[in-house]
Amino acid sequence: MFDDFFVRALLAGIGVALVAGPLGCFVVWRRLAYFGDTLSHGALLGVAVGLLLQIHLPTAVFIVCTFIALALFTIRRRSMISSDALLGLLSHSALAIGLVVLGFLTWVRVDLMGLLFGDILAVSENDLLLIWIGAVCTLSILTWIWKPLFAATVSQELAEAEGLEPRRTELIFMILMAAVIAISMKIVGVLLITSLLIIPAAASRRFATSPAQMLIVGSVIGVLSVIAGLLSSLTWDTPSGPSIVVAALIFFLVSLTPFVNLFSSNLGASRNIGHE
Amino acid sequence: MSNTSLIELNNAGVFEGGHWRVRGVNLTVERGEIVTLIGPNGSGKSTTAKLALGVLKPTEGSATQAKSLRIAYVPQKLYIDWSLPLDVQHFMHLTGSIPAQNVAQALEAAGVKHLNQSQLSSLSGGEFQRVLIARAMARKPDFLVLDEPVQGVDYNGEIALYELISVIRDKLQCGILMISHDLHVVMAATDRVLCLNGHVCCSGSPTAVAESPEFKSLFGLRGESNLALYTHDHDHKHMPDGQIEHIHPTKKESGHVR
Repeated sequence: MFDDFFVRALLAGIGVALVAGPLGCFVVWRRLAYFGDTLSHGALLGVAVGLLLQIHLPTAVFIVCTFIALALFTIRRRSMISSDALLGLLSHSALAIGLVVLGFLTWVRVDLMGLLFGDILAVSENDLLLIWIGAVCTLSILTWIWKPLFAATVSQELAEAEGLEPRRTELIFMILMAAVIAISMKIVGVLLITSLLIIPAAASRRFATSPAQMLIVGSVIGVLSVIAGLLSSLTWDTPSGPSIVVAALIFFLVSLTPFVNLFSSNLGASRNIGHE
Repeated sequence: MSNTSLIELNNAGVFEGGHWRVRGVNLTVERGEIVTLIGPNGSGKSTTAKLALGVLKPTEGSATQAKSLRIAYVPQKLYIDWSLPLDVQHFMHLTGSIPAQNVAQALEAAGVKHLNQSQLSSLSGGEFQRVLIARAMARKPDFLVLDEPVQGVDYNGEIALYELISVIRDKLQCGILMISHDLHVVMAATDRVLCLNGHVCCSGSPTAVAESPEFKSLFGLRGESNLALYTHDHDHKHMPDGQIEHIHPTKKESGHVR
């Protein structure tokens, strides 16, 4: 069954979407979209390092992204420079350095398009295994840190004052981001990873009335985007990674339509009317 | 540190961003006591509160908390973005699960029971403050810190919230550290007032502080004439839904507003 490249692509995409949805919700809530961009651009640097040292590529990406995440975590707490400018600087520097280093590696043939925009149809059984192990681990850890992470998302000070450890949790969350980027790079490529994180999460907002609901709906929309994107890619021969992102965008646009508004505000309104 | 103190700051100071936010603060909060911090903007009130909470570490001096102290905190600012779907019910359990009965009681006491299912981002400023206080109350803390709890609340609401805070103290027998948003209104239930201006300017009972020369020089004549000590004397309260609830006159001597 895993022989078929399309089935493998589908399973890989679904694995990534399942974990990208919930993690993406936190990215949206914590306003980390730009941070995610920086990390995913850093992934290209990770690929270059991996090729240079001849180590397992996703591992190299994970290590480099974790390093960048930790660096940002430390700098952000000390630096006077605005984190917006800092992220912009690091994000594009990482991308540029990655491309330069890859340019030096004349002895390896690098599929740059595959790195930038993903190559989901070339997913191997090993990739699939890695994605699903990564996804299950990430989701388990996210469940484990859910309470303190969510409390710190609402208010870092409040969480800290009331005895949770938001700093440690935040650190774990950043490592999870690095892990998700490492496993999803093959699916949509470094330039589009952030979209896989934030578009399904943003699309789920209008359907959700509680945080947990939003995480689940985010996963579901992500999975549906993968399926729709891959099918359209198969039908119209469009590039797979970008097709998935376009499918997610369509879900987001649908979520903005008045129909959804009626659906979700009915839930809220029926409760409020009784008390007005 | 004495046995009954919940927290103790000993000559504590915080150096941050190139200057001393606050320095030389000595402060203890005992069980069942309400301590109010007042002072001009930038005088180090919030910094002092954060030292007491353990969120900030003192650069000099020491800050100690009693062992296994259960803390509740009502922060000054809490911005809930629209992208975060969070209703009051879920918010009550933010930092730890709380028995449903405690949640219901706290929401009732704060007069926001009817908002149970409302999204936080849809609440008005006053409602939001009540929900914040209800959440802190439901935790049944030993030590409660309120940073400007009555901001954005109208005058009557302000009085009701101050009453609620002293009810919390009486019921839970917790220590309360409060930052007053208004220099000129310090509730009568306060046991001690600490007037800060980068250091402890003066401290003592509300009346003693109001009469101290340090306080007068800090806030001028306006402060002198306006430090209002509110003692409650009315026999009914306005419920959030417009009903009027009659309450029995309290034992406390009737006072006056301003």
